[in-house]
Amino acid sequence: MTTPDNLKYSRSHEWVKSEADGTVTVGITFHAQEQLGDIVFIQNPEVGRKVKQGEECAVIESVKAAADIYAPVSGEVVAANQEVADSPERVNRDPYAAWLFRVRPSSPGELAGLLDAAAYAKHAESEES
Amino acid sequence: MSTIQAARRCTPLNAIHRALGAKMVDFAGWDMPLHYGSQIEEHHRVRRDAGMFDVSHMLAVDVRGAQARDYLRRLLANDVAKLTRPGAALYSCMLREDGGVLDDLIVYCLGGGGFRVVLNAGTAERDMAWMESQRAAQASEVDLVPRRDLAIIAVQGPRAREKTGAALPLLRAAAEGLAPFHAVGADGAFIARTGYTGEDGLELMLPAAQAVAAWQALAAQGVAPAGLGARDTLRLEAGMNLYGRDMDETVTPLETGLAWTVARTGGREFIGARALASRPAARQRCGLVLIERGMMRDHQKVRCAAGAGEITSGGFSPTLNRSIALARLPKAAATGDPVEVEVRDNWLKARIVEPPFVRQGKVLVTL
Repeated sequence: MTTPDNLKYSRSHEWVKSEADGTVTVGITFHAQEQLGDIVFIQNPEVGRKVKQGEECAVIESVKAAADIYAPVSGEVVAANQEVADSPERVNRDPYAAWLFRVRPSSPGELAGLLDAAAYAKHAESEES
Repeated sequence: MSTIQAARRCTPLNAIHRALGAKMVDFAGWDMPLHYGSQIEEHHRVRRDAGMFDVSHMLAVDVRGAQARDYLRRLLANDVAKLTRPGAALYSCMLREDGGVLDDLIVYCLGGGGFRVVLNAGTAERDMAWMESQRAAQASEVDLVPRRDLAIIAVQGPRAREKTGAALPLLRAAAEGLAPFHAVGADGAFIARTGYTGEDGLELMLPAAQAVAAWQALAAQGVAPAGLGARDTLRLEAGMNLYGRDMDETVTPLETGLAWTVARTGGREFIGARALASRPAARQRCGLVLIERGMMRDHQKVRCAAGAGEITSGGFSPTLNRSIALARLPKAAATGDPVEVEVRDNWLKARIVEPPFVRQGKVLVTL
């Protein structure tokens, strides 16, 4: 299963998980890590930073290229995963466990505009050349 | 399949790469494996054990005829007169009249007055046109025979020769007995102790029809398939230039760390010699190690006390577990100098080091 059903997705290949405490956890999809190849560096946003939906807020560097990670929803960054920043290869090994950061959404309505698993799978497939 | 993919050229090993699930990319018009799963894992396999690369997209050209030697002495910036015995090999640049690098290559002495040059895939057509025009200009009695009938497999790593001998018993004596930078014909193949990784190893030039069986025999001995991605990080760690990134026709060998390959004595006039003599190098090639966290990439700006420069090859070094680069900097920059590199709008601290970064599995720079 490369696009779990319990997650929402952005068109820029982030996954979003709604947590019980109202925050959302963000990572990159299986498709994204596969396109990037071996990931060697992650720069997460600082905790406390306010981000707008679609804003660049993290950077992932692979052996191949640098990729911007966009905030899938607006809000405040409440956590950043230092363990994954220290071992970036975990994103390749298990992209849905190796989360990057958590946001407390300021406009929860934005979540409804994200893609479900089926729509994302179709979107990712359409981008493969 | 798109029309672009359909138009890519395929090596005799293409079906094997696809069967292994390689991520295939367009490289100079060829459909080539970037990696077979993990580029970093492939890199480590070559540094620690043995890996193999399909480099059949490179073009071997046999240069024969009564004037082959004279022709190559004029064509190449290094001097094939140094190749006094069959099997000896030489690394050289091929220059334009203005000293710019058209390509870098290895030339092997075949004996009987013949030579073999191995050209980069991306420049092969232009090189052939240049070599033919130079032959016409010199009215040389020279035959140029492109050898697209050959496949080339580079087996690299500390156990490359041992595993090649085990996999291909007919080549065992050659694999075990070859001196570094020498080659020999064996069982219809041409086997050279050369490479592009900074490790010991061999380059096997085989009739295309034998390539698949050789690859499978090597795989059965535990030689790991490795793609162009690992080839790039290995050569970068080894401090070896990549044509098209670290040098091209706008750069002279003196500006890119290759002065040692230019043979200025020997009483000959090679193409580009005059320009090199009259055009002192204002720039030089340096190695960089990034001190802060981040990743150096091609074309990023570099600044230091000696002036401004640019990264020509930047990336991640799996052996050093940090970012390294080759850069073109002003002549006054010196090993040990601090520099700053513009990485995504930030100026990050780095330091100039003398390449290679890694050779034969050992780290050669102080971090």
